Amino acid sequence: MSIETISLSGRKKVVSNKEMTFWERLYLVAIVKGLFITIKHFFKKKATIHYPEQVREMSPVYRGQHMLKRDEQGRENCTACGLCALSCPAEAITMKAAERKADEKHLYREEKYAEIYEINMLRCIFCGLCEEACPKDAIYLTQSKVLVPSSYEREDFIFGKDRLVMPLEMAIKNAQLNNAN
Amino acid sequence: MVDSAFIIEKSVVIVVVFAITMIMAMYSTWAERKVAAFLQDRVGPNRAGWGGLLQPLADGLKLFSKEEFFPNTPNKFLFVVGPAIAMSTALMTSAVIPWGDRLHLFGRDILLQATDINIALLYFFGVVSVGVYGIMIGGWASNNKFSLMGAVRAASQMVSYEVAMGLSMIALLMMTGTLSLKEISEQQAGMNWNVFYQPLSFLIFLICAFAETNRTPFDLAECESELIGGYHTEYSSMKMGFYLFAEYANMFISATIISVLFFGGYNYPGMQWMVENVGVNAANILGIAVLFAKICFWIFFYMWVRWTIPRFRYDQLMNLGWRILIPLSIANIIVTGIVILRHDLAAFLGF
Repeated sequence: MSIETISLSGRKKVVSNKEMTFWERLYLVAIVKGLFITIKHFFKKKATIHYPEQVREMSPVYRGQHMLKRDEQGRENCTACGLCALSCPAEAITMKAAERKADEKHLYREEKYAEIYEINMLRCIFCGLCEEACPKDAIYLTQSKVLVPSSYEREDFIFGKDRLVMPLEMAIKNAQLNNAN
Repeated sequence: MVDSAFIIEKSVVIVVVFAITMIMAMYSTWAERKVAAFLQDRVGPNRAGWGGLLQPLADGLKLFSKEEFFPNTPNKFLFVVGPAIAMSTALMTSAVIPWGDRLHLFGRDILLQATDINIALLYFFGVVSVGVYGIMIGGWASNNKFSLMGAVRAASQMVSYEVAMGLSMIALLMMTGTLSLKEISEQQAGMNWNVFYQPLSFLIFLICAFAETNRTPFDLAECESELIGGYHTEYSSMKMGFYLFAEYANMFISATIISVLFFGGYNYPGMQWMVENVGVNAANILGIAVLFAKICFWIFFYMWVRWTIPRFRYDQLMNLGWRILIPLSIANIIVTGIVILRHDLAAFLGF
């Protein structure tokens, strides 16, 4: 078989410059055929999702915004080891570690904690590698469907601990649920 | 002899026809967007009112509240006159259209037509030709090269296709023997629609109607990618609205003319029986409904074609107009003449 006749996709078509017949040159037949194609679409089911009323179904492995976890006693899990920042392919994560004081035992689980923890949401690609790298189960990509809000300032897209750490009420509620089970 | 009842009757008919033309043009914009959306697997406007039915009102409100912008043009007067002419000519044509036969109200026969003149079709062609001035003046007064280009394109296209349109009509007129649209409608009673006798004439007329109303595939006058918006580039606010509105009013009128000339107008099978057995009024109200169903189909057809056929190139457009449609309509006239005079011809040739 010569190379010209091979068609891997099976849809190969040879371009031809054959003369059009009289009926083809009138174009009327082609126009009527086209009209039938378009009218078929008129009665087709529409692909539109009416957004505020209808919401697109999300995949079960959907990865939303990050959250820094607290344990059942409400202490932050993160120990500022830096593995998440190391694993981040987009270099979106940065942090500064600090030593836990004696009177902060109820705030942080480990002896070392993240004093500053920032994720640049303009860089983040929501791959979830930080979640996989974390040895302390501290960072998770939630199923939250809230998207990063738009803003005029680049600084607004750098999320600090104030927007990343799990709210205390949520931690308390989780602890209660765990006890109930 | 003009009595006051006659004046009131005609005034009411004129106001109703005017209102209906406006409403139809208004809802054509809504229908255009809906049909466009449905043909493209979308749903179209659906926020303003049920199914977006209040969308035309919202659009009108928006256009009214927009800034009135005047370009730096020495022809301020002409700049205002352009859209005015476009709008007036679009509305004037509806005067001669028979919307139904007659209603019997208050002991009078009310003709459902603003005026039944015996040169109705000639009047229609005359007014439509004046419509070119609206576009040409608007494009010229804008003092903008793109506007002028669009206007020149529109004007030359409309003038060229008017020739073919007029010639295609002649074959029909030879058959009907009258220019009055009312008589043409009456001749098509039952299912004697002209389209069955003059299919070629109908096809030429349809193509020319597309070109006359500047609709796709002949919308070269305002092709966005080349000429921004064509002749209405510099227009804003309601002057822009007038141009767009005139376009839809024209579409409605040409759909009406197609229905009246070729598809029997207000006639439907069994109309005579309805008049005799059910009553004049009921039969004619059904007739009006039938006419509007035909009109709506043709308006839909305009939109349907818009989303099916791509735009012509300018030389293809002129080729089609001058070298195909005009010779074809002349041939059609000759064939029609031969068929009408076949007995005389046979006698002349000695059969």
